[in-house]
Amino acid sequence: MSNMAQAIRMALHFAEKNYDLKDVFGQDVGAPLGGVFTATQGLKTAWNSTLDERGIIGMAMGIAMTGDRCVAEIQFADYIFNTLDLLKIAGNTLWCTNGQYNLPMTVMTPVGAGIHGSIYHSHSFDAWASRLTGWKVVMPSNPLDAYGLLLSCIQDPNPCLFLNPKALMRVRGKDLIPGEPLNEKDLKAMIDAPIGDRTKWKAQWPELQEYLIPFGKGKITRSGEQISVVSYGRHLLLCTEVADQLKSEGYSIEVIDLRSIYPYDWQMIKASVKKTGRVLFVNEDTEVTNFCEHLSYRVTKELFYELLAAPRVLAGKNLPGIGLHPNLEDNSVPQKTEIAALIRKICAEAP
Amino acid sequence: MIEKKVFGGLDKKVLIHIYELMVKSRVLEERLIKIYRAGESFFWIGGPGEEAWGVPLGLLGRKGRGLEYDFFHLHYRSTPTLIALGMTMLDATRLMMNRVTDKSTGGRNFSGHYCFPEWNVAPVTSPLEVQYPIACGTAHAQKRAGKSAISIVTGGDAGTAEGDFASSLILASRRAQELPLLITVQNNKWGISTSYEGQHGETNIADRAKAFNIKSRVINGNDPVEVYLCLTEDMAYIRKTGKPAFIEAQVSRLYGHSSASGANPVMTEIDPVKEFERALLKANILKTKEVKALWEEFEAEGVLAAATARSEQVSASESIWDHVYAAGENADWRNF
Repeated sequence: MSNMAQAIRMALHFAEKNYDLKDVFGQDVGAPLGGVFTATQGLKTAWNSTLDERGIIGMAMGIAMTGDRCVAEIQFADYIFNTLDLLKIAGNTLWCTNGQYNLPMTVMTPVGAGIHGSIYHSHSFDAWASRLTGWKVVMPSNPLDAYGLLLSCIQDPNPCLFLNPKALMRVRGKDLIPGEPLNEKDLKAMIDAPIGDRTKWKAQWPELQEYLIPFGKGKITRSGEQISVVSYGRHLLLCTEVADQLKSEGYSIEVIDLRSIYPYDWQMIKASVKKTGRVLFVNEDTEVTNFCEHLSYRVTKELFYELLAAPRVLAGKNLPGIGLHPNLEDNSVPQKTEIAALIRKICAEAP
Repeated sequence: MIEKKVFGGLDKKVLIHIYELMVKSRVLEERLIKIYRAGESFFWIGGPGEEAWGVPLGLLGRKGRGLEYDFFHLHYRSTPTLIALGMTMLDATRLMMNRVTDKSTGGRNFSGHYCFPEWNVAPVTSPLEVQYPIACGTAHAQKRAGKSAISIVTGGDAGTAEGDFASSLILASRRAQELPLLITVQNNKWGISTSYEGQHGETNIADRAKAFNIKSRVINGNDPVEVYLCLTEDMAYIRKTGKPAFIEAQVSRLYGHSSASGANPVMTEIDPVKEFERALLKANILKTKEVKALWEEFEAEGVLAAATARSEQVSASESIWDHVYAAGENADWRNF
């Protein structure tokens, strides 16, 4: 099975070939490196930008203004903050121009902690991104979803933000990408650039097929009756693990992978919470004005009389950054033990 | 002076056409200010004083939609360029009065914030200088298309302090990756109320482009003939070489920054419309009677445009949800 970096690479190749994707660019995105996570190796249209995030986003907006499709990468989400007003403008261009200029552009950027990345390689961006109106925002938890969500982003006529959890870039999935060879060693030999001289290397791409995950459609990764746990990205995996562990204690936990942050799958959340009466939202962005607070608010507002316990949000602590030492990182973003403890506590509540 | 250059050898018809458009743009802006003063609009910002720069720019660009035509990334003092491209007084007035018929923004934005995709006019934004790296993107796509079309970006002198301005110089001039981009600055020597001297250490803004090996010059942006000739030359250079060029045009700001600063006439700066008019009269290219008739004709057009816009509907409150996403896709979370 491919890992997420390979899945992203394959999606970009598929889009080059089939969606007329014309530019994949950012810092170190082109040869010889092919991205700091290797997600853009071997691509025909990949090129290196200047070390200038505003230049990258500005150029992407201009390319999109001509109707050409592009994917621009900000090397780490930690460095996207100086582009916020450009992202704002990209998101409001269609609206401000009375529907005259749409920008079919995708920005992808690695997010979150989990690799001991210190203060400036650990930031999350999902809560910030949820305030960028006019954008569609997605965050996969596995390689197949990364493939399907990225293709949906590239095809979409609106600006799309693809947040890839950096801690999952080397994690392999459980599902084959359509067209991916069965043996992961074969895939590696085909599409991973060799160590050393790469000047004569060319990727040998498998015969990939289209696979699209629509925006606003979540996925139930574990069915349950007692509590709904809603997450995405890296923490979706942690929530699923916790659900499996707590099953032995007799808990029946429904886990929802939201996948799409905006638009989001309210109907899935609503149906699940109506069934369980309890809900926990988990992500690793900072907790104050966290996107999941909006979801929690909505649950309270619309499903108040069906709740058996107060809705909860478990998110990153409201800190300036993630400290490097594991003691600091682990105490900054939600850990499995905290998720499990909170699930037990919510399930123990009675109205 | 203009007369000594014998109008740069430009044909009489071209000179008169430029003059007519300059007058039209000025009359329109003055009409928009009157609309503001009458309480029929919330805000005015525009380009009186930039006619000699903006009109030749609009006339010389390759006008049309798509990659074989030039892209215009303009700032909010670009009414003269839009008039030269063919915008009607009525369209500018609709924008000023937030009518539903306002093509550029549907009643959502201030005057001067034009958007005309049919002429590759990118949306004018209030944040200064963001248009510079965006213009690099359209230039990149134009270079790939190989139709010798160029991107043109305009902006004020104060905004060059923004990092986006420097980004465009870098992006446009990378060796073997140069972009077909005409980078321009309209230097009116003001940033709202802060003078040029209070913001700049460089002798000329154009000097900054030289550091990137970009063909660069300072011109008199109040002389439409000089502007016309320089633009013709630099546009041809960019189309031929695929490389950028830079023009710093020194211009006037004749009604202050905006209505926020009063929008009152500034009598101490050169009026390029009146200067050009005097030169054409002196050279017997125009007669006083013709000049008077022209001003009156445009004045009447401006009055009619205001009356027409006044009679049209304003934007409906429920339209706020229109165009958040393309193709009418729902963006309201209440309906997810």
